[in-house]
Amino acid sequence: MSEAILPTRTPAFEARIRKRYAAERRFKLAGLLSILFSIAVLAFLLITMASNGISGFKRVELAVEIDFPESGITGDPAVLAQPNAIQSLEAQGLPAVVQFYAAKSLGEEGAEQLNSEAWRDVARSIIADPSILSGKSVMMVPASHRLASAYSGDGQAALQPLAKQLKAEGKLQKNFDMGFLARSDATDPQLVGIWGALKGSMLTMLITLAFAFPVGVLAALYLEEYAPKNRWTDIIEVSINNLAAVPSIIFGLLGLAVFLTVFPSYRSAPLIGGLTLALMTMPVIVIAGRNAIKAVPPSIRDGALALGASPIQVVFHHVLPLALPGILTGTIIGMARALGETAPALMIGMRAFVATPPDGFTSPATLLPVQIFLWSDEIDRGFVERTSAAIIVLLMFLLVMNGLAIYLRNRFEKKW
Amino acid sequence: MSPAILLLLALGLGLAGWLAARARAWSFRRAAPDVRLASLPSAYGWYVALWIVIPAVLFIVVWGSIAPSLVTQSVLADPAAADLPVFGMQRETILGEARAVATGAAHAVFNPQARPLIEPFREAISRMNMIGIAATLVIAFLGGAWSFTRLRPDFRARTRVERIVMMILLGASLVAILTTLGIFLSLVFETVRFFGMIDPISFLFGTHWGPDPMSSVEAADPSRFGAIPLFWGTIYIGAIIAMIVAIPLGLMSAIYLTQYASPTWRKWLKPALEILAGVPTVVYGYFAALTIAPAIRDMAVSIGISNASSESALAAGLVMGVMIIPFVSSMADDSIAAVPQAMRDGSLAMGATTNETIRRVLVPAALPGIVAGVMLAISRAIGETMIVVMAAGYAANLTGNPLEAMTTVTVQIVAMLTGEASFDHPATLSAFALGFVLFLVTLGLNIVALRVVKRFREAYE
Repeated sequence: MSEAILPTRTPAFEARIRKRYAAERRFKLAGLLSILFSIAVLAFLLITMASNGISGFKRVELAVEIDFPESGITGDPAVLAQPNAIQSLEAQGLPAVVQFYAAKSLGEEGAEQLNSEAWRDVARSIIADPSILSGKSVMMVPASHRLASAYSGDGQAALQPLAKQLKAEGKLQKNFDMGFLARSDATDPQLVGIWGALKGSMLTMLITLAFAFPVGVLAALYLEEYAPKNRWTDIIEVSINNLAAVPSIIFGLLGLAVFLTVFPSYRSAPLIGGLTLALMTMPVIVIAGRNAIKAVPPSIRDGALALGASPIQVVFHHVLPLALPGILTGTIIGMARALGETAPALMIGMRAFVATPPDGFTSPATLLPVQIFLWSDEIDRGFVERTSAAIIVLLMFLLVMNGLAIYLRNRFEKKW
Repeated sequence: MSPAILLLLALGLGLAGWLAARARAWSFRRAAPDVRLASLPSAYGWYVALWIVIPAVLFIVVWGSIAPSLVTQSVLADPAAADLPVFGMQRETILGEARAVATGAAHAVFNPQARPLIEPFREAISRMNMIGIAATLVIAFLGGAWSFTRLRPDFRARTRVERIVMMILLGASLVAILTTLGIFLSLVFETVRFFGMIDPISFLFGTHWGPDPMSSVEAADPSRFGAIPLFWGTIYIGAIIAMIVAIPLGLMSAIYLTQYASPTWRKWLKPALEILAGVPTVVYGYFAALTIAPAIRDMAVSIGISNASSESALAAGLVMGVMIIPFVSSMADDSIAAVPQAMRDGSLAMGATTNETIRRVLVPAALPGIVAGVMLAISRAIGETMIVVMAAGYAANLTGNPLEAMTTVTVQIVAMLTGEASFDHPATLSAFALGFVLFLVTLGLNIVALRVVKRFREAYE
């Protein structure tokens, strides 16, 4: 044993192992960096939208002091409670009154930059609170969109001095505009709102849910619990798996070629949009539903069968209630996807300019993502901000829906 | 709103039938306490309720689809409609205005010709509503009465109900087949019409794309319908640029998440990645058009490319790649997790470091699954619409320069169908031909990928 055992940790070995460990650290760092890159992009996207979007919730307003008793506008509470109160105020000459007092408090030049729909805001405040008619009050009314862009520092150079002067006097301000959530599409970025698109989206989602949820759940139950192993079942399974991966625009083509041929008078109605999106969402619900049903242990079925339940009773009394949280999670995720979907809606004509919120499932409507797409085409700086604000609203809805799905999963998911 | 009211009516009648039939079953039990009922009373209720609701709902669906055209027909039969323009947009507009006023959607008509039609519309609509309600009532009553008379103590109501339920379940799963068939047939039908006007060879192999929606329908120029620039743009953006971003980042993210990250980190990083997958594509498109595309243009200008356009294939492809990262990552995650633990343990036991194990053992073993995941990712990328519509532009350039505007199949589908052309124009029909090509390609990719995944899973089970 005089010959020494070759030392394992020779310098060459040490160098090799250092190299290998360095490679290990580099590899690990590359993995971490690639994840952080994705998260950084996400953060950058959200910050861009938020920084643009916050001012999208605001609009440029002029302060106009109106002396109502002097103006002769009267408001009988009974008349103001009626739906056509705005028309009755218009008949009393409210637009001219607003214009007159604007000239008084802002000067002729400033009054010209009053938004043409400004008197409607005054009318709405009168209807909301008729007591302001008994005295003087300062109303904040929207400026014209030319003055609004001058306020932000771009737009026509001729209006810049006026904007600066009114701003210095405190008569031109950028204020939070709650009406953004209550109005509909318009051609003037000062007057647009997203309520019309939001309501269209809600109606469409109701139709989607009403069709996709029952059909998806029943199909999942059939395939998982009753379907015999044969060629037909295979065809059904293959077509569901493929439908889940078909590009959404193809569903739009289907809606255009089939639904709009059968119901030509319901063009751009939530009914057609909802049906098209339902066909797209259904496979998602079926796949999530099958996984949830598969997770219910067989002992539950065996127990129920042993006590004399019929196969239908086993499924509807025992399996379905236990699988429901999982199915609901999948449904909410599928609905969130449908809510953000734009391309199919473009195909079936839900891109029209719709200035009034839809009043039913068959009246023309637009969707929130489509509204975002339409506004993104506008060049005006005001629309850029409004688009980002609409995106924030859309992301909020998606966040709530996904949060609900996660809550359901954590709260009700059982580990058997 | 009428169909919704009819549906409520049918459901209400169904509830009434349910209660009546259940009461009937209870009365059987009271009349002869020693005779056992064949089913529980509620099963009798369900039997009658289903017989009321199902025929009525079927009728309402059919009625809802034909009633509007019946209304229009009866208005056209009215003498007031005699002097309408015979065909075309004007006629439709006048009818639409009169209908809007009659249903209360509008307050006044712009077109004087529509005014005399308001009253006939109002009458026709109320008449059709009456007919609809009456027919629903009659159908529900007939179904209810027939099923109610069949109730006997020895009537096997539960078996009947379960048979109906089974049929409903089967019907629900057939919807998937019908949808697939509907997509296939409608695309094939319109594509055949398109190929009747433009021959398939010049469509599939032509290199110039520029349909003119204003040209006459008969004299369509086949040399303007060459789709090669679109196919190239689609592949270049979706399968090349986006994948150059998504494959390395997605794969490395999956490896880090599954092999390195501690459970706490994993709990936070994975949902963050999933948020990226949940952002709607229109938001990505806006982001690409508003932020990324100008940045890329400025960068190109600063390195001396003066003619860089504000819409570029690179911007669309990069953003699309980021959108696909979570998808690639979750597919790779699944495949790596499916590799047996013993292979990993064996490699580590031989003294390999973690990254050597991953690169030499796990990734090669998981390769079929990863490749299938990439194929699914490509199929998703080439079917993606909004990002390319908003960021890649409409110009059909056959070029390899990523800084130029390029167009894709999906962009042109949107452009052709939202344009000015009439529905019979080859420009419009070309959208369906493009859609058909897209459908076949994504279908092929999906089928091959799913088969690979299945075989791969079986290999390790």
